Amino acid sequence: MNCAEFVELVTEFLDGSMSESAELSCVVHLARCEGCETYLDQFRQTTAALGGTLPGPGIPAAAREQLLEAFRGATRP
Amino acid sequence: MAGPRELPPDEVLVQRLRDGDEETFALVLDSWSGGMVRLAMSFVSTKDSAEETVQDTWLAVIRGIDGFEGRASLKTWVYRILVNTAKARGAKESRTVPFASLLPEEEGPTVDAERFRATGEPYAGHWVAGQEPRPWHIPEDHVLRGEVREVIAEAIDELPPRLRTVITLRDVAGYGSEEVCSLLEISPGNQRVLLHRGRALLRRKLESYLSGAHDIAGGRGRA
Repeated sequence: MNCAEFVELVTEFLDGSMSESAELSCVVHLARCEGCETYLDQFRQTTAALGGTLPGPGIPAAAREQLLEAFRGATRP
Repeated sequence: MAGPRELPPDEVLVQRLRDGDEETFALVLDSWSGGMVRLAMSFVSTKDSAEETVQDTWLAVIRGIDGFEGRASLKTWVYRILVNTAKARGAKESRTVPFASLLPEEEGPTVDAERFRATGEPYAGHWVAGQEPRPWHIPEDHVLRGEVREVIAEAIDELPPRLRTVITLRDVAGYGSEEVCSLLEISPGNQRVLLHRGRALLRRKLESYLSGAHDIAGGRGRA
């Protein structure tokens, strides 16, 4: 396996959906290749960073107010 | 002490929402609505429509929170309501994002071929010296983390819609691959191709951001 091949397999590798022999080839490659180990680590960091709160415009202030009002008005057992 | 935008664990959140704690409702509303509008945009035709989809979703959450069973995370549950609401609205607007087959631009290498040694050279397909990824870490610092999130949010907005949809569901909303395949009616192989391409593009954005600008605290400079 070379680096150009490995970088296309990272998502499959992280998903754990590979065949045992393909996974072994990846592990062997990673053990010898610092660049790909870094690439894998950066992929992990990228996906982890996505898990947090993402800034965005959200919904208009008036809609937000309506929702807060609906929440207050909801009947609860 | 968690930062101001960190949410308490699910069981606390759910209990407080059921108890009618408005502050908690405002917290999840403000934390998730940005990402939700972003995702809804993949299914409907206008920003107004996306915002209404998100509003309808929250109304359904208010009505349904007592019935939430906790089998998935709260966020995943909210996003499922969102996707179903957005799909129904998109269908009414005759706008569907077809996922059945891949587009030509969605196939092919995800890393610039020039970073690898050419065919015929010794070590063909291995990193060219100086082109291999250099280790970076996402800073611990609160302000810088906020900047990284902004870079990511911007990069997600720039993704083609199908890539954006899959990566938002998997990595932002926390769905497993099977759930995404069933929500989008897409094969596991195609789902993985789209996810991989989306992640590779975002990694590239972060790479150029973290290798340049983040030394300058608060700086927005880009090469």
